[in-house]
Amino acid sequence: AASAPKPLPSSGPKSLREMPHPLATSSSEEMGPALTPSPDLLLPRSIADKDLSLPNGTPVDTSSPASSSSLLNRLQLDDDLDVETRDLFVTVDDPKKHVCTMETYITYRVTTKTTRAEFDLPEYSVRRRYQDFDWLRNKLEESQPTHLIPPLPEKFVVKGVVDRFSEEFVETRRKALDKFLKRITDHPVLSFNEHFNIFLTAKDLSAYKKQGMALLSKMGESVKYVTGGYKLRSRPLEFAAIGDYLDTFSLKLGTIDRIAQRIIKEQLEYLVELREYGPVYSTWGGLEVELSEPLEGVSACIGNCCTALEELSEDMTEDFLPVLREYILYAESMKNVLKKRDQVQAEYEAKLEAVALRREDRPKVPTDVEKCQDRVECFNADLKADMERWQNNKRQDFRQLLMGMADKNIQYYEKVCVT
Amino acid sequence: MEDCLAKKMEITVSEAEKRTGRNAMNIQETYTAYLIETRAVESQSEGQCGPVESLWRRYSEFELLRNYLSVTYPHIVVPPLPEKRADFVWHKLSADNMDPDFVERRRIGLENFLLRVASHPVLCQDKIFYAFLMQEGGWKEMVNETGFQLKADSRLKALNATFRVKNPDKRFTELKHYSDELQSVISHLLRVRARVADRLYGVYKVHGNYGRVFSEWSAIEKEMGDGLQSAGHHMDVYAASIDDILEEEEHYADQLKEYLFYAEALRAVCRKHELMQYDLEMAAQDLTSKKQQCEELATGTVRTFSLKGMTSKLFGQETPEQREAKIKVLEEQIQEGEEQLKSKNLEGRDFVKSAWADIERFKEQKNHDLKEALISYAVMQISMCKKGIQVWTNAKECFSKM
Repeated sequence: AASAPKPLPSSGPKSLREMPHPLATSSSEEMGPALTPSPDLLLPRSIADKDLSLPNGTPVDTSSPASSSSLLNRLQLDDDLDVETRDLFVTVDDPKKHVCTMETYITYRVTTKTTRAEFDLPEYSVRRRYQDFDWLRNKLEESQPTHLIPPLPEKFVVKGVVDRFSEEFVETRRKALDKFLKRITDHPVLSFNEHFNIFLTAKDLSAYKKQGMALLSKMGESVKYVTGGYKLRSRPLEFAAIGDYLDTFSLKLGTIDRIAQRIIKEQLEYLVELREYGPVYSTWGGLEVELSEPLEGVSACIGNCCTALEELSEDMTEDFLPVLREYILYAESMKNVLKKRDQVQAEYEAKLEAVALRREDRPKVPTDVEKCQDRVECFNADLKADMERWQNNKRQDFRQLLMGMADKNIQYYEKVCVT
Repeated sequence: MEDCLAKKMEITVSEAEKRTGRNAMNIQETYTAYLIETRAVESQSEGQCGPVESLWRRYSEFELLRNYLSVTYPHIVVPPLPEKRADFVWHKLSADNMDPDFVERRRIGLENFLLRVASHPVLCQDKIFYAFLMQEGGWKEMVNETGFQLKADSRLKALNATFRVKNPDKRFTELKHYSDELQSVISHLLRVRARVADRLYGVYKVHGNYGRVFSEWSAIEKEMGDGLQSAGHHMDVYAASIDDILEEEEHYADQLKEYLFYAEALRAVCRKHELMQYDLEMAAQDLTSKKQQCEELATGTVRTFSLKGMTSKLFGQETPEQREAKIKVLEEQIQEGEEQLKSKNLEGRDFVKSAWADIERFKEQKNHDLKEALISYAVMQISMCKKGIQVWTNAKECFSKM
């Protein structure tokens, strides 16, 4: 008889609940079992052989994959971590337009500075276009299916009104691409990904791309080729909760996006009226003798208000809205990962059932699957917590930005509206 | 200003009340009545105030008073009444005459009108004005008995004069242009301001949506929940604050409106001048032509072509006796005419002098009032901004605690 899926055997990973949350605890936490390079993680040889140690020098031993991730996550860089412990810095800047016979496109300079052994040189500077970033992301998703890959800015310009080559658009995109790479850099697993390495270092990326297509990547096949035929028995509550959360979260962000856009629209309409308002005072001033000075004064003030308001709207559009959208994309990605996780669990359950039916001892497949699931669970929780913190700080950052702008606006008013 | 009524008496329009009654055509109507309270004040000693007297007046009675004053003192720039109907409204502001906010603003406007009249050195001494304040019954009859309506110049006459006058005082012509342009610019200003208020209202109110979303969002968050919730509250406060702000701005708009209507009063004085000047010019012309006629008759020469000349040529000359009679009549008329001209000239000069004095007084008042209005407008804006800063700073704090 088929048995209900047992709780995961504790040969390696502890259950989710028992595992100390890496980010909730300080680094003085006792180290759990450590890392084995798993089949779906293409780590360069050197890491497998190397003795991983945490920044504070405590050695780490390697056994099960799952909790190792928790370890690595303790290495996870948060914004407060000392810069000295980071050994990889990536920047995206200097956009340039290229005009060819077939097409016109923009490239960005990607600069890398590192002390990691995986890199032959301490510094690199290459040129990449959006396509290349897209390629990288796809590769990362393929090779690290259980990880949450940061989102890219939208590929296509939906509006149609926005000029692909306008300064504002290019700058917004550059910032988003920079953030994309920085997030990968900060990720303890993703940053060691081979494709990422190539992306940062190769002079000619197109050659490598073609090569990569030919090889059938072994990594992640167990997860990648899972068919959707498996039905999930029961989703653990946490994931159901996460799924619900992400749904509501996306919804709310969407609403905020719409509200912000509406505000900007209203502000612009207000601006239009203000622009007419100011000069009328000027005209009146021309009519008067004694009153002309104060009237001109008011007119000038209103002019300044217009400028400040314009700046506010611009800043909102350029800084606030893109971040919102980015998080919505992030939430989408996360939901996909959740789906995959579900599939993995389903497969695991089915296989378990099959095993029980056949009474064969086939530990390998379930173990693999089990491992996968573990990884997913761990990463998911960690990434979620990570995202929260990122969110907090990001939110705070750009809210402060928004407030700062409102402040600026208001202080303009103050400074300027004195007769 | 020493003897003006305002110094001797406290005047307030303290209340407004809805009334229903039957009008002249015996039809039921609803109108608003305003309570005027007055109290004599002894300037020397404190605490020595007379009893409060009060009576009720409606808007149409104010109008009657103002018409009387305009006709009786054409050389004075008579203070205007607050608008009869609500103009320059932005969408939230009601255009209804019965709307309590409108009634309130009108009450203030009427009080302002009375105070302006009471502080005018000439107008405050008028008996009808005094009776308006003190005598409830029979006032209307009193006004009508002055027969001021008869003295009023017809609009048509005035228009005619404006077009035909040849030599008006340059200052009045300039003043007329000024008041035309003032009227135009203030109307424009008020219209745009109403639109600006409308838009600003929109901006603030949409922020209220943030409040709602943040609240909903905070429900699904753990650490961020409290921060979001309280920030949302601040957004609500922000959205609500616009109502008070715009109400205060209405007061500014009212101050501008007063001077918009004052422009009309200025124009009325100019028109009067043009009328008098035209009258003068006509009288002078008339006199000249009579003199000429006289001369012609006396000397027998026909210098100008005239029907008389033609007919006399055709039908024979008049007898010497007839001619003598005509000359006599003309000479009398000329005599009259010259006296009239003299007195008209004098009138005209007096008018110009006293009108111009009042205009100077008005100019000073205007500059002073408008300067104050602009300053208080600026102060309002600053306070609005400070409130904005407050709200966003609070919100920022909430966010930082997330």
